[in-house]
Amino acid sequence: MPTQFADLPWLTILIVVPTVVAALIWLVKPLRRAARPIGLATSVLVLIGVALMAGAFETADAAEVQFTQTVDWISAIGASYAVGVDGMGLTLVALAALLVPVVLIAGWNEVTLPSGIAADRAEDSLAYRRAGFVSLVLVLESLMIAIFAAQDLFLFYVIFEAMLIPVYFLIGVYGGPNRRGAALKFLLYSLAGGLVMLAGVIAVYFQTDGGPGTYLLANLGDIASDNPTLQMWLFLSFFIAFAVKAPMFPVHTWLPDAAAQATPGTSTLLVGVLDKVGTFGMIAICLPLFPGAAATAAPVIIVLAIISIIYGGLVAIGQNDLMRMIAFSSVSHFGFIVMGVFVGTQTAMVGAMLYMVAHGVTIAALFLISGFLTQRGGSQDMRTYSGMQRVTRVLAGTWLFAGLASLALPGLSGFVPEYLVLIGSFEAHWAYGAFAVIGVVLSALYILLAYQRVFTGPVPEAGAPVELTGEALDVPDRAGLKDLTGREKWAIVPLALVVLFLGLYPAPVLELLSGVADQFAAILGSAS
Amino acid sequence: MNQFVPPEIDWAALSPVLIVLGLAVVGVLVEAFVPMRARRATQVVLAVVGVGAALVAVAWRWVVVQDEGPTAVVAGALREDAPALLAQAILLVCAFVGLLVIADRSSGEDAFAPAAAAIPGSAYEAEARKAGLAQTEVFPLTMFAVGGMLVFPAAADLLTLFIALEVLSLPLYLLAGLARRRRLLSQEASLKYFLLGAFSSAFFLMGIALLYGYSGSVRFDELATAVPATSGLDGMLLAGVLLVIVGLLFKVGAVPFHSWVPDVYQGAPTPITGFMAACTKIAAFAALLRFVYVVVPGLQWDLTVALWVIAILTMIVGTVLAVVQTDMKRMLAYSSVAHAGFLLLGVIALVPSGISSVLFYLLAYGLATVGAFGLLTLVRERDADGNVTGEALHLSQWAGLGRRHPVLAVCFTLFLISFAGIPLTGGFIGKFLVFGAAIEGGAWPLVVIAVLASAAAAFFYVRVIVLMFFTEPAGTDADPGTTVVRTEGLTAVAVVVCAIGTVLLGVLPGPILDLTASATKFML
Repeated sequence: MPTQFADLPWLTILIVVPTVVAALIWLVKPLRRAARPIGLATSVLVLIGVALMAGAFETADAAEVQFTQTVDWISAIGASYAVGVDGMGLTLVALAALLVPVVLIAGWNEVTLPSGIAADRAEDSLAYRRAGFVSLVLVLESLMIAIFAAQDLFLFYVIFEAMLIPVYFLIGVYGGPNRRGAALKFLLYSLAGGLVMLAGVIAVYFQTDGGPGTYLLANLGDIASDNPTLQMWLFLSFFIAFAVKAPMFPVHTWLPDAAAQATPGTSTLLVGVLDKVGTFGMIAICLPLFPGAAATAAPVIIVLAIISIIYGGLVAIGQNDLMRMIAFSSVSHFGFIVMGVFVGTQTAMVGAMLYMVAHGVTIAALFLISGFLTQRGGSQDMRTYSGMQRVTRVLAGTWLFAGLASLALPGLSGFVPEYLVLIGSFEAHWAYGAFAVIGVVLSALYILLAYQRVFTGPVPEAGAPVELTGEALDVPDRAGLKDLTGREKWAIVPLALVVLFLGLYPAPVLELLSGVADQFAAILGSAS
Repeated sequence: MNQFVPPEIDWAALSPVLIVLGLAVVGVLVEAFVPMRARRATQVVLAVVGVGAALVAVAWRWVVVQDEGPTAVVAGALREDAPALLAQAILLVCAFVGLLVIADRSSGEDAFAPAAAAIPGSAYEAEARKAGLAQTEVFPLTMFAVGGMLVFPAAADLLTLFIALEVLSLPLYLLAGLARRRRLLSQEASLKYFLLGAFSSAFFLMGIALLYGYSGSVRFDELATAVPATSGLDGMLLAGVLLVIVGLLFKVGAVPFHSWVPDVYQGAPTPITGFMAACTKIAAFAALLRFVYVVVPGLQWDLTVALWVIAILTMIVGTVLAVVQTDMKRMLAYSSVAHAGFLLLGVIALVPSGISSVLFYLLAYGLATVGAFGLLTLVRERDADGNVTGEALHLSQWAGLGRRHPVLAVCFTLFLISFAGIPLTGGFIGKFLVFGAAIEGGAWPLVVIAVLASAAAAFFYVRVIVLMFFTEPAGTDADPGTTVVRTEGLTAVAVVVCAIGTVLLGVLPGPILDLTASATKFML
């Protein structure tokens, strides 16, 4: 690679471009009608940019932060604009850049008009709503790239909070019937966590010498090491915010509501990428800044993670709402990731990092394909479906494929990371691994049971009411539902390819992650 | 015995105050001599130019003070130092945008009663309205208030402070009673404000008397030296300091001296509410800062408990009561009470960064406040005949506003998230700095409470956003019930300035932070 190429401020460009395009689509009226193609083209360009960047990335030094750019921002409080990625940051940026175009393709016709709009204004308001959706997704893309690239604690915090706003509007404007409550719940949970973190961010400042560049992650390390109590409080102020985001038991309750009410595209970005910010923060911020406290708290956190794994799995089995089932399955999966981060072995740490990417892809496929189904069927209630594999064959097949990847079938993306986390946990303590294995069994149950309920059995006759407890639903004509269209297939193809790639040949990605994992696992190891 | 020496007066240092008060007096003459047709335009120009000129004068004095150091002015009654000048500048900026909103005549009429002396609902009032009368005294009154506010942050003796307090308060009592609509409510607000204000003035005076008895002086510097030196009169000193602080806390709207806030904010004409909410708070906090930072340090142990309790109460009561409000103005009033609590954190911190952080917070808060109240003046009700009437202030009337008036709704959202302290707005940086100062000053339990209160406060700010964007409007497309009036442009300018300021303070606060960073020390 020529050096000029690598010297360009790649990350800044990738951060700025989507936001600028988003502003243009939203503000310039003539562009609104073409919002979807423009948005898609932008996100594909960003994906290409990330691919080029990955090509120029020095894999041998994957543990080092590369493509760095540092500019003094608010020198009075020691905040800088500093971006750069190590191997983990790069893979997560790539995940975000991959999912955005997929979501845009999958949700091409997802945004519809609310009822009660006069016919003569319908076209205009539809274009406006669609432009709004695309703009919000693009703004979110900027923020997602920025947060995984942030190398300054203050910048990280600012993006962490700023991200809430587009997500809030994505859920609240474009979601299902109870979207307002879900959006509010999401916002209040996240804000409460974020403000606690704010107290931590401020307190960190007073543990340093102050001055410009104070908040650069490179300059921060082992805060308040001589005062374990203070460090524990600081650690908690950050950890709670990340746990809400992740989401971990017992602060996960916002997620099922948000996922069930948001459009499948929003849920995909929310669970697929945004929630990874929580686990990303645990690794990139909690561990290096508060190693002693992290090591002390690790056993408690691991217990909570195991509860998340088992509780999430059990509750997922009991769900009737397809989207809520997937959301609870994520709670279970995030338990695995958190456990991998805190058991303190290198194997588990690599596993946790790879898990973040793999989970992002499979959950995207599950949410999107389930979205295709529920859009056709007009209901998210699994009890109203049966025998769909005879009606929509490709849809059923791809759903099963994604589900199998999610339950860690060997050869698909879920297997390697789950295996690594389990091995690493056994290395640390047999009990950790033993309990976590239950989660594997549960995941098979909730995925296969859901498949059985929705896709197998007889096709219900049109108009035959389904007896539900307390309510009878008139089932529409399910036999006439169309299978996946070309556009929908094209949205799933890239995901399926990545699932296969991560399952069959994860070596290149592992290479990116293992150096970083060594580093972070060593922090925890030496502290305990 | 003592020969009387006339004080040397540095007229240049007084120039900002002189400009504002001088033009206020000219404004009174305009009322008397300029024909009615030209009166309004003259008043508006006078007021806007006056505040602008005062701002320039403050900037000039800032440069002088940076070069030559702070000075005592008018025989020590005033101090010209960095915090005072900066507070004056912030005040004038907010007063400037506030004046634009006051001067705006949306839907063809201003926000003030055509004849304030008329009995509400009387035939005379109807006549006055028909004749198109206007109470243009609003502008000189506002200017007098601004003049008093300008003295407030610089006052370095208690009597000057008291006179400034009265000069800024009396016009506000009047202005609060001038609303064009809901006049009884407005007059009630005025009376309530006046009575409670008189009460607090009495407290304030009693405090001055006690302090004079204790130290033999009303000057801050002599008080400060007397505090550690005099013994045996602690009771008098503490009571005096507390009473003076109570007088200031009343103006700030801290709990338990806040009971006037919701009623007055609700009853006063909305442009005046915005002006008052922003500017009074700036002036009062600047004065409170000077008093506390100069006089109190020696008394820390005795006063901390009281100040902590007040700060905690203010944050909690403001937040909790704001949650249950259904009227926009009352909600913003309680939110301003909560903000007073957050600001008190910086006052209590008693560290140099406390001064600069409070000043920054005041600027961010002031801009968002003027902007938010400015927008309130544009959202109106419509009666059965389709005529535009008063402001639509019930929360439910704002439902679906984002769909019909996206720009207005986005601006309002911006101000709300600045109030809530979400990043990339000025409110966030302000909170960050004030909480930081409090932690530095060892008041971390207060910060924990403040953080929790902020999270709870987000609820009622967000509720309005939900209403505007996510809720279906109540009326039909043809008759929305709530309507947004076109402005003459002045309010639009003010709102845009406030919005841009709010974003800039959040994204690129560097230059302003450099300014506030030089204002960390009061001249003794």
